[in-house]
Amino acid sequence: MAKYIIKRIGISVLTIWIVSTLTFFLMYMVPGGPFMSEKTPSAATLEALNEKYGLDQPKLTQYKNYVEKYLHGDMGPSMKQRGRDVKDIISTGFKVSARVGGMSIFVAVMLGIPLGSIAALNRGKWIDSIIMLISTTGIAVPSFVVCTVLMLIFSVKLDLLPTYGLTSWKHYVMPVMALSFYPTAYISRLMRAGMLEVLGQDYIRTAKSKGLAMNRVLFKHALRNAVLPVVTYLGPLLAYTLTGSFVVEKIFTVPGLGNEFISSIINRDYTMIMGTTIFLAILIVTMNFLVDIIYKIVDPRITLK
Amino acid sequence: MLKNASKLSFQPDVSDFLPAGNEEKQSLVVMRESVGFWKDGVRRFKKNKVAMFSLFVIILIMLFAFIAPAFYPYSYEQQIRGSEALDPFEYSTEELALKESGESVFPHILGTDNHGRDIMVRLMMGSRISLLVGIVASILVFLIGSLYGSISGFLGGKVDIAMMQIVDIIYTVPDILVIILLMVSLKYPLQSLAENIEGFEWINTVGIGLISIFIVFSLLYWVGMSRIVRSQILTLKEQEFVTAAKALGASRKRIIGKHLLTNCMGTLIVTTTLQIPSAIFTETFLSFIGIGVAAPMPSLGSMASTAIGGISSYPHRLLAPALMISVIILSFNLLGDGLRDAFDPKLKN
Repeated sequence: MAKYIIKRIGISVLTIWIVSTLTFFLMYMVPGGPFMSEKTPSAATLEALNEKYGLDQPKLTQYKNYVEKYLHGDMGPSMKQRGRDVKDIISTGFKVSARVGGMSIFVAVMLGIPLGSIAALNRGKWIDSIIMLISTTGIAVPSFVVCTVLMLIFSVKLDLLPTYGLTSWKHYVMPVMALSFYPTAYISRLMRAGMLEVLGQDYIRTAKSKGLAMNRVLFKHALRNAVLPVVTYLGPLLAYTLTGSFVVEKIFTVPGLGNEFISSIINRDYTMIMGTTIFLAILIVTMNFLVDIIYKIVDPRITLK
Repeated sequence: MLKNASKLSFQPDVSDFLPAGNEEKQSLVVMRESVGFWKDGVRRFKKNKVAMFSLFVIILIMLFAFIAPAFYPYSYEQQIRGSEALDPFEYSTEELALKESGESVFPHILGTDNHGRDIMVRLMMGSRISLLVGIVASILVFLIGSLYGSISGFLGGKVDIAMMQIVDIIYTVPDILVIILLMVSLKYPLQSLAENIEGFEWINTVGIGLISIFIVFSLLYWVGMSRIVRSQILTLKEQEFVTAAKALGASRKRIIGKHLLTNCMGTLIVTTTLQIPSAIFTETFLSFIGIGVAAPMPSLGSMASTAIGGISSYPHRLLAPALMISVIILSFNLLGDGLRDAFDPKLKN
């Protein structure tokens, strides 16, 4: 176990290093710069700006500076949003994204697990067919389609919910629904498959023949084991919610991290690109790592190598 | 009585000892004619109504995307003056005048967009792009992944460990992040390659956006495939028929090609098919956020993205590509599930 954890930490650190190095060199391959947008500044101003942000130095020196700063936890100032630190922008953006993302993960788990279990317990009946039909369609519909259709129904036709911003609870409804749509469908499929497998096991028959109440058999014996595949899905689910937020935040103009990431790329805001990429990469890699460890703890049958 | 008595004699009846005829032999065969792997799979697949229906839908969509534009009177980049922003089946004043004078004008089935381009034909071209991306990307993933995985699994030992370490690292890379970065940064090098160096003009014909998508997919998405192939090869190479082939003096190439890869063909086909919808998913996502296939080439994602602005006045412009994407992904998902049930019962969970 200890050996496995050390190895995984090593791989995670290596991955984050690769992603950040790749990001650094890729973003300089794109022509243009952060100061080039609406009106091109004079050559002297440009030079001064480049010097201020260290863009006039050779690429390798810049790279070394980045690495040194990041190791000290300093992400530098944003090149586009003057006067703001990358760290501040990321932390405000992340708070928003985490709130929306957290709610949608909660909704997905809270809906997906019961739906999948109900489908499995009623295997072959109409209720199973309906749940499976919905979840099969659910995993085939991209998030932007869900967003736009929701918008069409709730804002344009019914005029119930606002389409942009994030100021009242009403603003949260559509982004959360859109983000939780795919994971709900996926979790209910996983849960159904897991439940069907577990219900066929000997220990369930034993529990039933001991005369345990059906509720106890289901909650104490079946559910606990059937939920394992869902636990492994939590890592990818987090990655999905973060990257899914690129689209959802763009459509509903939510001031979150996904929105910042996309606009930083479009604006060539180099420090922001580095900051958001590294932050997201660390988050995703760490979550996947934690999920693997949690999986091992909840299911001792798994041997980690 | 008498007749039976004669039968009871100890004289052997010669006819009982004649060699059996073919008919008699056939009647004694208990086994049915053996059914090969493919035949068996196809039979199982044909029984699966959902999978057959989705195959039918996919064929329809392919006809719609690859054949129909050739017969359609409008082209995807043609901007018809005076016919901007028409509703479905609406005609512009010029077209109405033409109709008055007795000429036949083909209706704009889904109307036109703000530039006067027919939406129906753009939908066809967008579906073509999506299908192309899905299929070509999956073939690339299939080739790279199965080659890498089979070499790693067959050689085993230190080579296997090293090769799988690389796979582990690529696996942990957050894909969408890297894809977005790659898509943006590949655009310019590819452009200059196409413009400045001879022999690379084809890049412009295929489209820079498409090429970058293919590059990105072949860099990142083969790892899943290579893991599956490796684990299959690992179990297969310990089996008796491989030992037998080795004992008969078969070369490594023959063992990998003839024995190992053929035996995991079912898994390979299924995984490749299931890769198609995920590739289409990513392509539409990229086009939607504006870094996929470049204009004027339509993509279902970019069509949906531009339609958001007019969502209240022209909802059909949004619904048409949205529905198309969903149907394409759904039918490939169902087809993949059906193929898995038919050709690879082991994979079924």
